[in-house]
Amino acid sequence: MTLNDVVLTPILPEAILLLTAILILLIDTFLGDKRWLTWIGLAGVVLAGVSAYRLALSEPVSFQGMAVSDHYTAFFRMVILTATALGLLVALNWLDAHGEQQGEYNALLLLAAIGMMLMAAATHLLTVFVALELLSLSLYILAGFERERATSAEAALKYLLLGAFSSAIFLYGMALMYAATGALDFAGIQQGATMSPLFLVAVGLLIVGFGFKVAAVPFHMWTPDVYQGAPTPITAFMSVGAKAAGFAAFVRLFVGVLGVEKVTWVPVLAALAVLTMTVGNLAALRQVSLKRMLAYSSIAHAGYVLVGLSAANSTGVAAVLFYLFAYAFMNIGAFAVVIALERQGEGDVTLSQVRGLAHTHPLLAGAMAIFMFSLTGIPPFAGFFGKLYLFQAAVQANLTWLALVGVLNSALSAYYYLNVTVQMYMAKEETPPRLHWRPVLGLVAAIGVLFVIAIGIFPQVWLGLAKLGMLALLG
Amino acid sequence: MVPLSWYLAVAAVLFVLGLFGVLSRRNAVAILMGVELMLNAVNINLLAFWRYTQPENVAGLVFAVIVLTVAAAEAAVGLALFIALYRLRESVNVDEIQLLKG
Repeated sequence: MTLNDVVLTPILPEAILLLTAILILLIDTFLGDKRWLTWIGLAGVVLAGVSAYRLALSEPVSFQGMAVSDHYTAFFRMVILTATALGLLVALNWLDAHGEQQGEYNALLLLAAIGMMLMAAATHLLTVFVALELLSLSLYILAGFERERATSAEAALKYLLLGAFSSAIFLYGMALMYAATGALDFAGIQQGATMSPLFLVAVGLLIVGFGFKVAAVPFHMWTPDVYQGAPTPITAFMSVGAKAAGFAAFVRLFVGVLGVEKVTWVPVLAALAVLTMTVGNLAALRQVSLKRMLAYSSIAHAGYVLVGLSAANSTGVAAVLFYLFAYAFMNIGAFAVVIALERQGEGDVTLSQVRGLAHTHPLLAGAMAIFMFSLTGIPPFAGFFGKLYLFQAAVQANLTWLALVGVLNSALSAYYYLNVTVQMYMAKEETPPRLHWRPVLGLVAAIGVLFVIAIGIFPQVWLGLAKLGMLALLG
Repeated sequence: MVPLSWYLAVAAVLFVLGLFGVLSRRNAVAILMGVELMLNAVNINLLAFWRYTQPENVAGLVFAVIVLTVAAAEAAVGLALFIALYRLRESVNVDEIQLLKG
């Protein structure tokens, strides 16, 4: 094989994002005109989206056996590119207010997005590892982006130490998987997967590694601190993108490749799902910081997705994909409202700061209420159908008890989500919050509302796309 | 030739030493060193499996080289973050860095 044999087509969207990131850094360095950097990044995301769409129309193509561009990859490209576009947009005004490093911010965000997309495309443990590190290293830096704010630096430190630690455990699992199956590529692992003590240890370590990345209890300790301390636009981006990427590789490796040995890992994942949902929701109940509450809520949502993963059937995989797509809009939307509420230089919003918001900013409060309803899982919003499909899959897989735990947890979560709404609408405040109107945040919230409602009204359309992705994985 | 299990035993010991370092040390730099030990244990594993089970396929060897490279990148980012934190707090002790909790 020579270099000329390398065809870039299957990873063209990633290549476009990489070129965009380099272009942004060059413009930032040589022209010094920073106003257009976000828009160049957005143009790159749109171009990558177009090429991902064209790839999705053609037959699955493999990139040297390391990654594959199929419908499953295409679905996650859609989710991650959406999150990236919204992540670039929510940071626009924030970057203006926070100094000079616009080029670095936009370039690092795009690099993280490349890592996320490659994780979804990976068909080789080496690609999973490199993609994971690419996205993690970018996010470590972004989490500590506000260097002058101590909580941001602290978030970056905690994220880095626990992230590196979990990567090491994850890698040990990969090495043992290599020993147990004699292969590093997914096809070879599938052929070589047989029950043995070594195989079990490898599966266990891989679950721990993925558990860290998707913030499943008991591997979640970093999540609240990092989500609270990191700059809010970054929290919004990573709560959606990193979670989607982690689950993308998780589902492809476990359901797609290790599905034959699912008796070994389904009970473990079901137990993790119960723990994750319950601990996440219980901890969210007593938070005063809105960002920290949303961090625990994102842990709980990882638990719901784990329910679909534990089901390990075709309905479950389609439900996981659908849920991650719906989650992207409701969560980034909610964080856009948080950014709008943020006071300069504080990087955090308490629940009391939303008191009486509906009286001064009815549209913003309305959007936030819709996101909260959707996160709770109230029909007709996107979150309801996401949860419905996930729990349906669990019932089909004879895990009715797990679905019941999920439903009870949703009821529990209603308390803290609706509390935000109550504070906005019912509470009286002498000095209701007044915000600087920032059109871009309004745009992001509007996109979020639009999709949360569109997915809720036409769930079949989006579920159809998710099923296409599922078929690429399970045939 | 040294049997494969010896390599695996050394790697396992090294991994556990690294794990112990991560869990017991309070200084962020020392914790990062523990992580590096764990990564090197993985490298020994990968190379031993590659050499003993399928030396004709370079995948395991290449994996080890890439792990080394990524570990270096991780250390670079990590140390940069530690310096940024040290300038703010005059300490990189994880005990003393406790603004976020609850």
